[in-house]
Amino acid sequence: MSSVIDIEKLSLTFQTNDGPVHALSEIDLKIEEGDFVSFIGPSGCGKTTLLRVIADLEQPTDGTISVNGMTPNQARLARAYGYVFQAAALYPWRTIENNIALPLEIMGLSRAEQRERIKRNMELVNLSGFEKKYPWQLSGGMQQRASIARALAVEPDLLLMDEPFGALDEIVRDHLNDQLHQLWEKTNKTVVFVTHSIPEAVYLSTKIVVLCPRPGRIYDVIESDLPRSRTLDIRETPEFLKIAHRVREGLKAGHSYED
Amino acid sequence: MNECFLRPRGNALILSAATGLLALASLLSNAFGDDFPIVSVPRLTIAAVLLAVLGCAFALGFIRRLPGDIAILFSSLFSAYALIETVSEHPASSSGGFWLLTLAAWTCGWLFVERLAAWQAVGLGAKRVINLAIPLLFGVWLLILWQIVVTGFGVPKVLLPAPSEIWLRLTGSVPTLWADFQQTFLKAVLFGYAAGCGAGFVIAILVDRVPFLRRGLLPIGNLVSALPIIGVAPIMVMWFGFDWPSKAAVVIIMTFFPMLVNTVSGLAASDAMQKDLMRTYAAGYWQTLVKLRLPMAMPFIFNALKINSTLALIGAIVAEFFGTPIVGMGFRISTEVGRMNVDMVWAEIAVAALAGSLFYGLVALLEKRLTFWHPSQRG
Repeated sequence: MSSVIDIEKLSLTFQTNDGPVHALSEIDLKIEEGDFVSFIGPSGCGKTTLLRVIADLEQPTDGTISVNGMTPNQARLARAYGYVFQAAALYPWRTIENNIALPLEIMGLSRAEQRERIKRNMELVNLSGFEKKYPWQLSGGMQQRASIARALAVEPDLLLMDEPFGALDEIVRDHLNDQLHQLWEKTNKTVVFVTHSIPEAVYLSTKIVVLCPRPGRIYDVIESDLPRSRTLDIRETPEFLKIAHRVREGLKAGHSYED
Repeated sequence: MNECFLRPRGNALILSAATGLLALASLLSNAFGDDFPIVSVPRLTIAAVLLAVLGCAFALGFIRRLPGDIAILFSSLFSAYALIETVSEHPASSSGGFWLLTLAAWTCGWLFVERLAAWQAVGLGAKRVINLAIPLLFGVWLLILWQIVVTGFGVPKVLLPAPSEIWLRLTGSVPTLWADFQQTFLKAVLFGYAAGCGAGFVIAILVDRVPFLRRGLLPIGNLVSALPIIGVAPIMVMWFGFDWPSKAAVVIIMTFFPMLVNTVSGLAASDAMQKDLMRTYAAGYWQTLVKLRLPMAMPFIFNALKINSTLALIGAIVAEFFGTPIVGMGFRISTEVGRMNVDMVWAEIAVAALAGSLFYGLVALLEKRLTFWHPSQRG
């Protein structure tokens, strides 16, 4: 089975007025089908940049990367992934259902097919009944769920999520983590997930990639041995805490390396 | 009836007391000259007594309900009628009592507006009507005071005609005004506005698409907008002849640049995340333009459309000062001023103001419809 994402010796250097910034350096990573992979690390460690490279929103300066066996550019043009941003980025002039229809219109799907996908994905994120609302009439958590439905409507096998719940409060975040986990279990998609939160990363992931800054690089890759099917209660178990501890140690060590 | 509705807000107490006292004082003074007291004119007496009673009663805490408010409206308008009728029989000789009563009628009118505002604060369904009624009443009182002051002080017609004279002239020369309106507004303004705004919009999209044009065309657009209309208008007359096309050309020059600049900044208004989103969908240039960037630019574009709606009218009227067939609003204004027919000038001004406001209002209404989603329109 070939990897969904295969990254070898990937580096990215931004040229700025203050000289070059090594955002990513010598990244090697394989992500298999059905994996839930989290990138975790302090600000400036390049975790979002790495996700954007996968999505063809940034160009690497060195190394190779393939997404579904294609270059990121080909994968983007083939609409091989769905991308969820830090903010919902819903268009305020479109109702929720029309926001979800946006990528479908661009893909040129038939009206009936659009309707069908909107209905299915709104049910999937528990937003049925809010079709005709405008984004600014919904709460932040609902907006983010709508943006996930929008990414899912493209029906990609790969979902890229950039701190999707970063702006939400703890309670809403727990709830959405649970929903996202169930969604992943149900659909068996490959998910790449960027986060700041250790419990979030450990709860959701099958594989946790700890990054550290200056230059952005991988410090540790942790394969989770937690069962695939989990509930939020798992966060109290010793196995969970053990993984969380290892992530925390990794974050600490990666940081002290610098200071 | 709601308790807080009965409580007078802010100025209402002062206004009602002033109404009562001013009306009482006027009852004891002369209306015209030295030997013509208010009480010798029946309608002025009725007005003064009404205002005095209502003002005092309200100030003392009575009639603060709907019937009282209706009485306040009725008496302020009746007083205005009485004052206007009487002063037209005795022009340019008003004295103290007359002006006291005028003041009383005006404060009474203001009191009614305060009461309307109080109704509004209570949220009595009719909010829309009240929102419309307040500026309307304000306008009516402006005309009433204008009429009274101009007649009462005997201001020469050349300086400022009374609204009634302007109205007479307006209704008496509808065919002329209509011909002028057709020539200036329906032809020059509308055509120039559509062409100027349309060209500004299209060029803005070109400028946005081609960086080379941004550097070349924007400065030229800037230069064109800085051209003085007084210099451009005669040249346009030489190029396009005396009739309306030369005025439309001036309007095009005036409206082009605001549209260009606003659309260019509007097209830059979508943020990086929204553009990245379109990129992840592999959306092309035109799809991104139609589905993201133009909707984002709408508030900017409507800004330009609103500014241009008034600029276009000014441009067309001024341009007619520099050569025109014997019809048109600007032509009429320039010739009638020369003949000291100032009431005709004011009639044209009234038509222009009305047309300009309606035009602006229509564009603003359209804006409300199309950019309902923008925080400034959500209300």
